[in-house]
Amino acid sequence: MNRKVYGKLIFELSREGRRGYATPKSGISPEDVSIKQTPIPSSMTRKSSLSLPEVDEPTVVRHYNNMSTNNFGVDTGFYPLGSCTMKYNPKINEEMASHRLFAGLHPSTPAFAAQGALELYWTLQKALCEIGGMEEFTLNPFAGAQGELTGLMVIRTYHASRGEGEKRRKVIIPDSAHGTNPASAAVCGLEVVEVKSRPDGTVDVADLKPLLDDTVAAMMLTNPNTLGIFEKEIPAISALVHEAGGLMYYDGANLNPLLGVARPGDMGFDVMHVNLHKTFSTPHGGGGPGSGPVGVRKGLEKFLPNPKVVRRTVTPDGFPVNETNRYAVEYSPVALGSVSATLGNFAVQARALAYILTLGSDGLMEAGKLATLNATYIKESLKDLYLLPIEGLSKHEFVFDGLRDKSTGVTTLNIAKRLLDHGYHAPTIYFPLLFHESLMIEPTETESRETLDEFIAAMREIAREAIEDPETVKTAPHLTPVTRPDDTTAALNPVLTFDNLEP
Amino acid sequence: MHRYFPHTQADIKEMLDRCGADSLDDLYGDVDPSLRLRQPYNLPEGMDERAVRRFFDRLAGKNLPVEVCFAGGGFYDHGCPAAVKSIASRSEFLTAYTPYQPEISQGTLQYIFEYQTMMARLTGMEISNASMYDGATATAEAVLMAVASQRKRNLVLVSETLSPDVRRVVDTYARYHGVEIITIPSENGETSRAELTRLLETRGKEVAGVVVPSPNYYGIIEDHEGLADLCHSYKALLIINCVASDLAVLRTPGELGADIACGDAQSLGIPLSFGGPYLGFLCSTKSLMRKMPGRIVGATTDSEGRRCFVLTLQAREQHIRREKATSNICSNQGLMTLWVSVYMSLVGAEGLREINETSRLTALYLLEKMTADGRARLRYPSKPFLNEFLLETDYPVDALIAAAVKKADILPGIKIDDHTILMAATEMQTREDVDRLADIAKTCV
Repeated sequence: MNRKVYGKLIFELSREGRRGYATPKSGISPEDVSIKQTPIPSSMTRKSSLSLPEVDEPTVVRHYNNMSTNNFGVDTGFYPLGSCTMKYNPKINEEMASHRLFAGLHPSTPAFAAQGALELYWTLQKALCEIGGMEEFTLNPFAGAQGELTGLMVIRTYHASRGEGEKRRKVIIPDSAHGTNPASAAVCGLEVVEVKSRPDGTVDVADLKPLLDDTVAAMMLTNPNTLGIFEKEIPAISALVHEAGGLMYYDGANLNPLLGVARPGDMGFDVMHVNLHKTFSTPHGGGGPGSGPVGVRKGLEKFLPNPKVVRRTVTPDGFPVNETNRYAVEYSPVALGSVSATLGNFAVQARALAYILTLGSDGLMEAGKLATLNATYIKESLKDLYLLPIEGLSKHEFVFDGLRDKSTGVTTLNIAKRLLDHGYHAPTIYFPLLFHESLMIEPTETESRETLDEFIAAMREIAREAIEDPETVKTAPHLTPVTRPDDTTAALNPVLTFDNLEP
Repeated sequence: MHRYFPHTQADIKEMLDRCGADSLDDLYGDVDPSLRLRQPYNLPEGMDERAVRRFFDRLAGKNLPVEVCFAGGGFYDHGCPAAVKSIASRSEFLTAYTPYQPEISQGTLQYIFEYQTMMARLTGMEISNASMYDGATATAEAVLMAVASQRKRNLVLVSETLSPDVRRVVDTYARYHGVEIITIPSENGETSRAELTRLLETRGKEVAGVVVPSPNYYGIIEDHEGLADLCHSYKALLIINCVASDLAVLRTPGELGADIACGDAQSLGIPLSFGGPYLGFLCSTKSLMRKMPGRIVGATTDSEGRRCFVLTLQAREQHIRREKATSNICSNQGLMTLWVSVYMSLVGAEGLREINETSRLTALYLLEKMTADGRARLRYPSKPFLNEFLLETDYPVDALIAAAVKKADILPGIKIDDHTILMAATEMQTREDVDRLADIAKTCV
């Protein structure tokens, strides 16, 4: 990463008369059209002039390339970012995602001409079923949060199908849950009931029991939880929720450490989502596009959203299928509805399938354990200097409650910012909300021991510096392209476009 | 070990030692044996790159090759300069996280700021967020936004002429969120102003928002002059769903006085990719800023006075507000906003105008050729269109689609019913493409 800020905006490079594009010629001239067709009335055309940059191609390319050098990515360095699973994004996946014969395919291409694309969708869907222990997946949701919303819609539809749609409106969510869980429940028209964590960070079953009655629609859990701790009592929790008539929802944000170890479906979960951009290595792209497939146990698959990809053995008229009609797209009246116009982020799905094929059963069996090994190794190497609030086994991530020595006044935010100076992305901070100084670290399985050792050394250096030179830590970062942006002014006086930016 | 995993056996042993464990399985001592996988996944063994390529080539080979695409319906086969993909493939952009750490994310934040500026200018609105998943979810979020900003109003009127693909998503979000939707009937292919007025007269006090498209699903450019005043006289927000690239030449939601503009920005050079990733845009007046869902990037200065950019107004969002957030969305389409920012920078306003003019001329030529033998005609002949129209055919649409795809690698459009097809043209089709399709149509019976 370039430590000098580039900082220009494309609008500032614009010069009247420059252009970066040649429009293709159709070979059709106005004289070739003789039919009388209603012209576009002038009341329907744009009146204001459109101001877009006027720039040539070399200038554009150099501008964005320079801009990119002020960015940190997985290919730049290590992301110890808890709950985000920033693993390596393999290059072959990119090549497969932009395969020429898929890139040009219109979403309304009839099934007979898109059998390969539909088979790709089906194949990934089935692989996720095997990994999640589910009956069927939809790949339509565009992101983890939309997967949660979709999963909750499945649950509401299920209860409605049993005449309990209005009665069952509560969703039980641990206080340690990701913020999207309660937000998704609210968007889905459900009421959030919080269940407390025990001191060891797991769900308090004693606190859960009184919450369970015939108004409960579901319980949402991530396992391991956001502290990286496996919910040992998950079979009991599932049984209790099921006894009360509720369904179990698995937030797949933390699925990675369970690869090769255990499956949500075998723990009693009825509905789950996975984040292809976490567990299945698709790039985060600075915030998206992601993909949040939703899986369900047998009996719930009919509620999954439209459109659906189905694999047939006979055609609707009863003939055996062939290579042109094995896969079809269907809309079912009992489905929950639609959460997308199309079959989702197809190019992201293609990347995830390439990843699963590349790892294969053997590679997937190794991934989760190595992720846990890497996290535990960091934890054990730093817990003499950083406060570990919960001892014992943890999985792919863990949480420190800041430095052990609080006398220096150095906060988790200071540590996170100082890590930027050392060439690392910051960990997830101040989440979960269970501790004041949460510092959540998740290394993933694609980091080498050398990387981890260097990171550990940096963390130890910061702890030492906090005592010897706390001011340097508190005023970090010092070596980044910009330092300590003024968030307050940004929010109080929002400047959201170039046109509102004072020169 | 797999090639993506750097661990040597010695590494694993020494790391386990520090963890006080004898084996990797010891790290899972808290997972009850009854929950543990008893056998490896029933999936193929890991593949080398040649095998992966062949797997995808084999799948791709099962598609019929479509070289020319006259299908639209909200998603168009526009071209894209090579430089766009080259830039969007840079791993500094591709492999970055959401820019929570502005000190090391100025690249991402800057291009989103550029994107917000370009979308605001294109739609004629004051502000834009940092994008939504796609046009359908952007429209659904606009509906929820209207309800959230209008106290005690829970009804949204949606035109019958909105794309059914978008409508299904709007209906789904609304149903679960407890928002009532009433359809504004159409008349001769357009939103009926008379029906809308009647609905407002009877239910006006409950109406939080009115959703109308332009161009609509049938390709018709609807005249929304005066609509904003009508909606505002009932204190309802006007939401216009539009096609991003068309706004370079068509009257903008901003010029029409809309409160929210939303839709898909796929038309700005994003590959069709069988449905995604695309890009939803959501733009509004400044007064709705704090009701806006999703990420927003703002300008500020750093401690040394340098201009820089940050995620801002985060008090709206799920990670702060949890169940009281404006939306559950926790991402944007980051890389796709880069895609359209680079696209718009290269193509420019002049390029977009040319693209629209070329697309329209090709659409007119297509219409002429397809109707020349008198066996097909415009469904709504008196209505203006830009580059897409609904055609009624005497022959079965299925026959045309099958023949065109199989004989000429042309997808002629989207089947609406047995004798109606929705056809669109862009700058990517040539005179020869249209002539070939018209020749095939002549053979259809």
